[in-house]
Amino acid sequence: MKNIWAICKKEIKTYFTSPIAYAAITVFLVLVGFFFYSLILWFNSQSLQMARYPDYLQQININQMVFSPLFHNISIILLLMIPLLTMRLFSEEKKIKTDELLYTSPISINQIILGKYFASLFVLLVMLLLTGILSIFTFIYGNPELAPVLTGYLGLFLLGAAFTALGIFFSSLTENQIVSAILTFGALLLFWVLSWASSSAGGTFKDVLNYLSFFQHFDNMTKGILDTTDLVYYFSFITFGLFLTHSVIQTRRWR
Amino acid sequence: MIEVELLTKKFGDIEAIKNLSFKVEEGKIWGLLGPNAAGKTTTMRILTGYIPATEGKASIADYDVFEQPNAVKKITGYLPEVLPLYPEMTVYSFLNFVSEIKQIPSSQRKEAVDRAIKISGLESVRRRLIKNISRGFKQRVGIAQALIHDPQVLVLDEPTIGLDPAQIIEIRHLIKSLKGEHTILLSTHILAEVTQTCDGAVIINEGILMASGSLEDLTASFKKKEGVIIKLKNSGKDTQSLLHNIQGVDKVFREENEFKIEWSKGKDLRENITKFTVEKELGLIEMRPLGMNIEDLYLKIISGGVEQ
Repeated sequence: MKNIWAICKKEIKTYFTSPIAYAAITVFLVLVGFFFYSLILWFNSQSLQMARYPDYLQQININQMVFSPLFHNISIILLLMIPLLTMRLFSEEKKIKTDELLYTSPISINQIILGKYFASLFVLLVMLLLTGILSIFTFIYGNPELAPVLTGYLGLFLLGAAFTALGIFFSSLTENQIVSAILTFGALLLFWVLSWASSSAGGTFKDVLNYLSFFQHFDNMTKGILDTTDLVYYFSFITFGLFLTHSVIQTRRWR
Repeated sequence: MIEVELLTKKFGDIEAIKNLSFKVEEGKIWGLLGPNAAGKTTTMRILTGYIPATEGKASIADYDVFEQPNAVKKITGYLPEVLPLYPEMTVYSFLNFVSEIKQIPSSQRKEAVDRAIKISGLESVRRRLIKNISRGFKQRVGIAQALIHDPQVLVLDEPTIGLDPAQIIEIRHLIKSLKGEHTILLSTHILAEVTQTCDGAVIINEGILMASGSLEDLTASFKKKEGVIIKLKNSGKDTQSLLHNIQGVDKVFREENEFKIEWSKGKDLRENITKFTVEKELGLIEMRPLGMNIEDLYLKIISGGVEQ
């Protein structure tokens, strides 16, 4: 545990002593802020229009009209940002040969992987928590339901955690950070759009594609549905990603 | 302290080292000597647990490198050939990080870092970013991280490479000062490194052990011939053959008025030669022993001139 913390602390420091974390967080917040602003404007104009039809006004729901689309927008930004956050994790160690220090120290490969993984999760958490400020405004000036917002955030965090696990795996494959980012981005996008292909597929194949796709599991959570299937999906995805990373590093050394 | 037995490492079809065996005694500085691509780095990486060997055994302080890697890593400090430094960290925070992953208890960490900084002479740069310090200081940070957990064994891969002559001398002093408390294995392709800092050497070439032992043993065992070089004032055309006629002389080589005279080991012809030159009035003005130093030995070994 101590060793994981040592690695994690060092990685967090690296994120925050270099411009990486600041650039990522700033761009992320600007984009999220923009989406939030336009969604609120749209929601406002819709509410004003609906005010004339009291029957329809019942159907106006800030959770569905602002938060759900906002979470989907954030998920797309994460899709673009996470590869940039994870690309250096192992690639850089290999490039500047600091991996030789890590692997000749009395710590296990798992501890190194987990330390790095948790550090990226920390940055993700900071990003998501900062967007929480926007939600606070909606709670002050409106009356959204809390539960769907919370499950939405949980969904975003788990989604980001799954992205990170995949990113860390690709980072262990190459010593080139750009290649690592491109591979991660491509793989994430592929997992995202698997559900599109499922519409034209049939039978079991359709179910498999749907299950594998990020989208389906995430969509439930933005609507306030917390299903163990989704949780199991994310946790197995993360475990699998980290396990692959471990295998890559282990076999590299044995070659 | 360090024992290597029939170690082999293959990268695909290429054998980086073949059946390598040697021993390093406790408290000594031993040099791993060989030309570039001889397998020095591979040997050291195996010893420090960075890569596994294909075959063979290696142990440090009776801990098997492959069976008990963590025990070995705890008592071994390693300076890789390419310094494993994070450029964005300060010297202090880097060493602090290393002290954490080397599992120094938190109560002793500060002390350990300060000690390493002191031994390696890094006081003046402790708060500076590693990317901003000179190559010589970086090398010192590399050594500091290797000895931060006060390891019994230090494995230093080319510790003086890329340094200027003054820095080389400093680092050599530093390494020598660590002798006794630490058993040191250092690799180099520069012979002077071995003759000036080491007690013994393991000479390898193309992954094969060519010779190993203390410096005295090494030079002695390869010195089959003894001899002198003499300088004569009145040498003539026939001097070479005249000298050859002295009883016991095997070979005489001539280079202007210098003559290299060789005889087989165990005899001493110096007196006879002096007498002879005086009798013949050859004008002996200089005589020096023909020592086969380790330099000749090394060159011979790596060019395949000596087989053991």
